[in-house]
Amino acid sequence: MYSPHTPQEREKMLRVIGVERVEDLFADVPAGQRFPALELPPAATEMEAAEELGHIAEANESVRDLVCFLGAGAYHHYIPAVVDSILRRGEFYTAYTPYQPEVSQGTLQAIYEYQSLMCALTGMEVSNASHYDGATAAAEAVNMAYAQFRGKRTKMVLSPALHPHYRQTVHTYTRGTGLLVTGDDGRPEEGPEALIPLIVENTALVMVQYPDFFGRIYDYTALAEAAHEAGALFAVSVNPLALGMLTPPGEFGADIVTGEGQPLGIPLAFGGPYLGIFTTRKKYVRKMAGRLVGETVDGQGRRGYVLTLTAREQHIRRERATSNICTNQGLMALAATVYLSALGAQGLRQVAELNYHKAHYAAERIASLEGFSLWQPETPFFNEFAVKCPRPVAEVNEHLLEHGVLGGYDLGQDYPTLEGYMLIAVTEMNSREDIDLLVNILAESTQEGSHARTFSL
Amino acid sequence: MLEPLVCELSQPDRQGVGYPPSDVPLSELPAGLTRDALPLPELSEVDVVRHFTRLSQLNYSVDTGFYPLGSCTMKYNPKINEEVARLPGFTAIHPLQPIETVQGSLALMYHLQEALKEIGGFAGMTLQPAAGAHGEMTGVLIMRAYQKDRGETQRNKILIPDSAHGTNPASSAMAGLKVVQLPSDERGNVDLDALRAECDDTLVGLMLTNPNTLGLFEEHVLEIAEIVHAAGGLLYGDGANLNALLGIARPGDLGIDVMHFNLHKTFSTPHGGGGPGSGPVGVAEHLVDFLPAPVVDIVEPAEEDIPPLYGFVTPKKSIGRVKAFHGHFSMMVRAYTYILMHGAEGLRRVAEDAVLNANYLMARLKDTYPVPYGRICKHEFVAEGKVEGAPGVRALDIAKRLLDYGFHPPTNYFPLIVHEALMIEPTETESLQTLDAFAEALLQIAEEAREDPDLLHEAPRTTPVGRLDEVKAARELVLKCEVPA
Amino acid sequence: MNIPADLKYTKNDEWVRVEGNIGTIGITDYAQGQLSDVVFVEILVSEGDAVSQGDSCATVESVKAASEVYMPVSGTVTAIHEELADEPEVVNSDPYGEAWMVKVELSDPSELDGLMDAAAYEAYCAERE
Repeated sequence: MYSPHTPQEREKMLRVIGVERVEDLFADVPAGQRFPALELPPAATEMEAAEELGHIAEANESVRDLVCFLGAGAYHHYIPAVVDSILRRGEFYTAYTPYQPEVSQGTLQAIYEYQSLMCALTGMEVSNASHYDGATAAAEAVNMAYAQFRGKRTKMVLSPALHPHYRQTVHTYTRGTGLLVTGDDGRPEEGPEALIPLIVENTALVMVQYPDFFGRIYDYTALAEAAHEAGALFAVSVNPLALGMLTPPGEFGADIVTGEGQPLGIPLAFGGPYLGIFTTRKKYVRKMAGRLVGETVDGQGRRGYVLTLTAREQHIRRERATSNICTNQGLMALAATVYLSALGAQGLRQVAELNYHKAHYAAERIASLEGFSLWQPETPFFNEFAVKCPRPVAEVNEHLLEHGVLGGYDLGQDYPTLEGYMLIAVTEMNSREDIDLLVNILAESTQEGSHARTFSL
Repeated sequence: MLEPLVCELSQPDRQGVGYPPSDVPLSELPAGLTRDALPLPELSEVDVVRHFTRLSQLNYSVDTGFYPLGSCTMKYNPKINEEVARLPGFTAIHPLQPIETVQGSLALMYHLQEALKEIGGFAGMTLQPAAGAHGEMTGVLIMRAYQKDRGETQRNKILIPDSAHGTNPASSAMAGLKVVQLPSDERGNVDLDALRAECDDTLVGLMLTNPNTLGLFEEHVLEIAEIVHAAGGLLYGDGANLNALLGIARPGDLGIDVMHFNLHKTFSTPHGGGGPGSGPVGVAEHLVDFLPAPVVDIVEPAEEDIPPLYGFVTPKKSIGRVKAFHGHFSMMVRAYTYILMHGAEGLRRVAEDAVLNANYLMARLKDTYPVPYGRICKHEFVAEGKVEGAPGVRALDIAKRLLDYGFHPPTNYFPLIVHEALMIEPTETESLQTLDAFAEALLQIAEEAREDPDLLHEAPRTTPVGRLDEVKAARELVLKCEVPA
Repeated sequence: MNIPADLKYTKNDEWVRVEGNIGTIGITDYAQGQLSDVVFVEILVSEGDAVSQGDSCATVESVKAASEVYMPVSGTVTAIHEELADEPEVVNSDPYGEAWMVKVELSDPSELDGLMDAAAYEAYCAERE
């Protein structure tokens, strides 16, 4: 399809190689298994493929068609045009890992800038070039803590309010390593202080989310101190957008900050690719997995950037490496860098506060509806909050969808004690009219709910 | 300085993108939980565009030239992929939407799973892993879970040939397995005697890259599968080199039980300056129950006029989740488009031309740059980066000199088993004229190495910066810039 | 290449200097040459640790390679050279002096008999050239 050879050129090349036919190049493949007939649809031209993909895309209902109040780890935000405009540059997206720094200064400097912005945002000293997503970044924090204590501390304390997918990923990653992951089956109703009694001498890491999975904002200073008193590391998984207004974890004692960078200019795209943020203190830099870019000079003293501390990585240390990570999310890190550069300090603060105000307006209005109540009305939250519904969440969501509204996340799926609770996310994309629409349909659904109850009696 | 840092371009109170004022009443910000300083750079939109455009111009890329980086399959990334992946129906959907609202995406994922199963000869497929190394770890965890499920809890050893990618042992170590390295024989195959000696009841399996990192097809692959299976082990396939086998042989037919695919190598999704990749994992029938959750399947079969309903299912003995959500969906759209546009014949032509191009280059170069194990290669080959009559010249010098000729160098110093390795993978999308120009450059460089080796030692001279001081970078560790206060 | 006559050597290119019953341990000139510019040293044992011959006691990293350092002898660690982390370049400039890594009180001096003397080590290095 994209091969340029003419038949004459193929002939010429075969002659130079010294074989007669292309098939002769595969004589070492077992004859019985050679040249299978693959059952695939016939090849489409670009025009046909474009049409077919267009149909497939149209079979989805996007958040452009629906009013979206669904979050739970992926958020519908505005992406300034400048972000994709830069991402579409072939010099960025068709390059690979910058193994040849002399011809990769664009990628290297962009990653260096990404590292700088992540440090500024999280209040930390060093950042790697990114991980796959928030979940794998959290799992790498567990790996790092294990490596930091050279395997001597084996207990990892995870908050139950850490994203369920992140906790599940940590469990998958630690299968077979002999690590004990605890705390994450605790009661989500309890605050971070409930984790303190779990911290023991053998604890390597204490990990929380900020804002947590339910959108709650806590001051984790006491928990960080408890972790440090036991000699353990304290890790915080963040929503980086919230850090446009919230105290950075570096200021309340975090040793590691991970996070999902999707809110920083990366589309929802049905779950990926996203961006795994990972920052830490300088003293732990050598235990951190992932690529790292450092500043240096060339032979003429010109400033330039290189991949550094590569001896930590799998291609040199093989089974002794801290992690098997090979690629980062280069292009997604670039998206976040362009996004933050374009918004700047003021823009990011503005968008974070817009999220905050709109979510609070929505929460207040929903709380005033009969049959609905906020889960923990006294706890501060960012752009997401849990609401008790008068009917099963699935039914409420079905009703919302009929009216073109994508409702919130059904918390009963992951938390048995939160059966009937919906997690609602509100972003700058939701206008006051959108929120009022949500509130009105929810109000309606109560009425229908009372009917339903009548019938069931 | 080539281009100032974004921190250096910052001017206080400048802003590129603005937002409307709040249309809802303001709430009080949470007391004691807000930050004071937010030390981000402040630029206008024009500054941002120029800065990143200028940075992009300092890069070498597939769109600007030949990129024969061995083991990375730097083929052309079709532009149509970029267009379809950006359709709002794909970019503006939330991963947790009700399945009824995302039937397009689920159907695409289902059909991509089916196509990859057909291409690889597998019974089951997960699209969740985010990259090749992530797929490897997933595969190894599946193998481990399978052995444990059979009650073979004593099995903790994984065999890895010395020519393997470094990710193989690293992934295995992450899964808590003991790594034993196997030597290669004189034809570059796995040493069968060494393999037999290690096949006991502690064996989890063997990780095989085929074609291996020397670009050579493993001639005993069927026998290896037999030996490993007879010992109760499983055969893992590192799919990094699948580009050579599309329509040529199905790894599943060769006895591979589990394999990761690299959509960013074989199926043309862009490398993005080092990611995002995508590393689906295919498995044979006996491993289907262990796949990570969730997997896309038909949850309600089609009826007359009604299409099937696609949804997510959790395999019975699933190893669990390996990341959040469902994988790198946008990469799946691109790979699906690529497969759709090739069909069975087109994919076979991809492999044939990739192998043709590699062998052509090898034929043109082997008299000047020695190629160990000299037999027909597959999609890539490894030459020794040394020149007769130029003892002071190393592979690194040759690589750097190639930059002056406008080419991206091959992979250096890998695989470790070839001295001064230059690993060359042209891919199928390069023309004869490009290959000839590259061969001429390498032959010319050999001349230069003998006549004026300083040209090589001092290379590159024409790039934006010269050789950079990596020792200084590692010793001094300057890892970020700051916006001036 | 510098191979002091008064030291004992291992096949993994560590040296040990014995004074009384204290052994001082580092890596050889040959080893530092193979690694090239050393950028990081991490000592993996602590004072008071009981260590056995063959245990990993330090990691040395250059730009291109990483190498484990193993205990040539068994014993109890009496001192570690922590400052080496701040000046890893001395591994290149003074491998037998400033770049010592671990001091250990020998628990089994007979282990020394199994190590190479300078002449044997020189031959061993020549073999690998």
